[in-house]
Amino acid sequence: MAHALIEKYKGHLLATALTAGVLGLLVLWLGYQYRDFITGNVLLYTLLKIIAILVPLLLAVAYLTYAERKIIGYMQVRIGPNRVGPRGWLQPIADAMKLLFKEIIFPTNANRFLFVVAPMLSIAPALAAWAVFPFTDTLVLANIDASLLYILALTSVGVYGVIIAGWASNSKYAFLGAMRSAAQIVSYEIAMGFALVGVLIAGGSLNLVEIVEAQQGSFLHWFWLPLFPLFLVYFISGVAETNRAPFDVAEGESEIVAGFHVEYSGMAFAVFFLAEYANMILIAALAALMFLGGWLSPFEGTWFEAWFAWVPAIFWMLAKTALMLLFFLWFRATFPRYRYDQIMRLGWKVFIPITIVWLVVEAAAVMAGIGPWFV
Amino acid sequence: MDFERILFFLFATVLIYAAGRVITVRNPIHAALHLVLAFFTCAALWLLLEAEFLAITLVLVYVGAVMVLFLFVVMMLDINTSPLREGFIRYLPLGLGVAFVIVSEMYLVVRARNFGADVIAIPERHPEGYSNVKELGNVLYTDYVYPFEIAAVILLVAIIAAIALTMRKRPETKYQNPAQQVAVKAKDRVRIVEMKAEEKQ
Repeated sequence: MAHALIEKYKGHLLATALTAGVLGLLVLWLGYQYRDFITGNVLLYTLLKIIAILVPLLLAVAYLTYAERKIIGYMQVRIGPNRVGPRGWLQPIADAMKLLFKEIIFPTNANRFLFVVAPMLSIAPALAAWAVFPFTDTLVLANIDASLLYILALTSVGVYGVIIAGWASNSKYAFLGAMRSAAQIVSYEIAMGFALVGVLIAGGSLNLVEIVEAQQGSFLHWFWLPLFPLFLVYFISGVAETNRAPFDVAEGESEIVAGFHVEYSGMAFAVFFLAEYANMILIAALAALMFLGGWLSPFEGTWFEAWFAWVPAIFWMLAKTALMLLFFLWFRATFPRYRYDQIMRLGWKVFIPITIVWLVVEAAAVMAGIGPWFV
Repeated sequence: MDFERILFFLFATVLIYAAGRVITVRNPIHAALHLVLAFFTCAALWLLLEAEFLAITLVLVYVGAVMVLFLFVVMMLDINTSPLREGFIRYLPLGLGVAFVIVSEMYLVVRARNFGADVIAIPERHPEGYSNVKELGNVLYTDYVYPFEIAAVILLVAIIAAIALTMRKRPETKYQNPAQQVAVKAKDRVRIVEMKAEEKQ
């Protein structure tokens, strides 16, 4: 079906692609001609930088959904999407188009204003958190002093989208999903916050750039080794915070249909989807920054250091993020869903004590000056 | 007017509007959401004062945790607003009296004689590289270490008290014991019986 359509409109598609390419080149050329004006105008330059972060981020979200379906497919000995475009590469574009043109249905007696605002409240913090995210030591939009705290605060605001969506939908399933999700996010935020306290003790700063610079040396200097329990707690809490499997009781298809966004359709649903995947990428990238040395080369301090010196720093950052994202997908393909009381037990009775114990150990190590980490 | 002043008046207007709506709006959920907006704009105002640690902590603690639980509870309650408004006239004199006391107390503390421009120096811009977080940490753990620790202990006692008050054994509540569940072996649940196939009759 899709093949026949593509065959039929091949001419149109080619023409559109060519026009887009020519327009893109024109914009690039114009930008190059007026580069002094653009870099001189702070507002315009900052806007361009924001676009330069958001467009690749949204593309990454689109292709993360494709990667998820493909990878889980292969793990379950299936092929996954392979119909739209060569090897299914255009699948996310087709999905986005479908959702764009679908009708947004308002449930009876829904609170219309909050129903529309909820997806926005969900996506805005997920995107705003990237404002302080350092891709390399110089490639950062706003290198603020308390960037770690800023990200933690913004990710905690994202829960409002979920709660308001569940309440405004005027639906029992959506409301149950919202309640579950709110309780889960608030519980795991505490363990996550404690894990981050460990990172800031070891890094000696709340600034993400300085935290990465404190990990210099070799891959044994990265914080995953001295803070191993906190690394595990942080990442598992991150999976729980984003409501991903095996902690996806907020969606729980077999129990409450789809949880908080059951009444949403079309683009409003797509925005929730975008927010969830943008948050996943954020958690993965933060784990890479704080525990896996961020943009530092894994061959630093070994014999191979000179061989890989030509690789740009941002490559390592993206590669580590991709590795952590793979774990997200792997968990979903492998683990069955947790029971709700077990989720609460894990968060409150296992993770919080682990983090507190390790904070005490770490503080003692800092006082004793145990090198090479806590000097 | 410079950009910062425009921002100040913008946030201040939103803050006053949101705070007013908290007590005038009919729907309790809308009231809670306006309170969230008030906290958020308040944090933005603190950012203008270069108090970034306090501003972000306000968002993290009040917006991210306290108000979520607040909304959680308000949403679960089925509040009918009309009986709540019935006693309005009856309680009006009492309310006015309390309001008068609060306003006069605030006037005594926050009047121009205590906080005017000639009494308190206008805060100066800090140089680049100034860290509000470090300053705050230094002050909290040196000059104010005893009040800080005592406040922490009081909060801990409050947490334990709250849990102790609500944690009572209720015989009708069913619990699972995870340790027992994990320790279950296959032979506790399924008994495999060997028997000869029955003869065909």
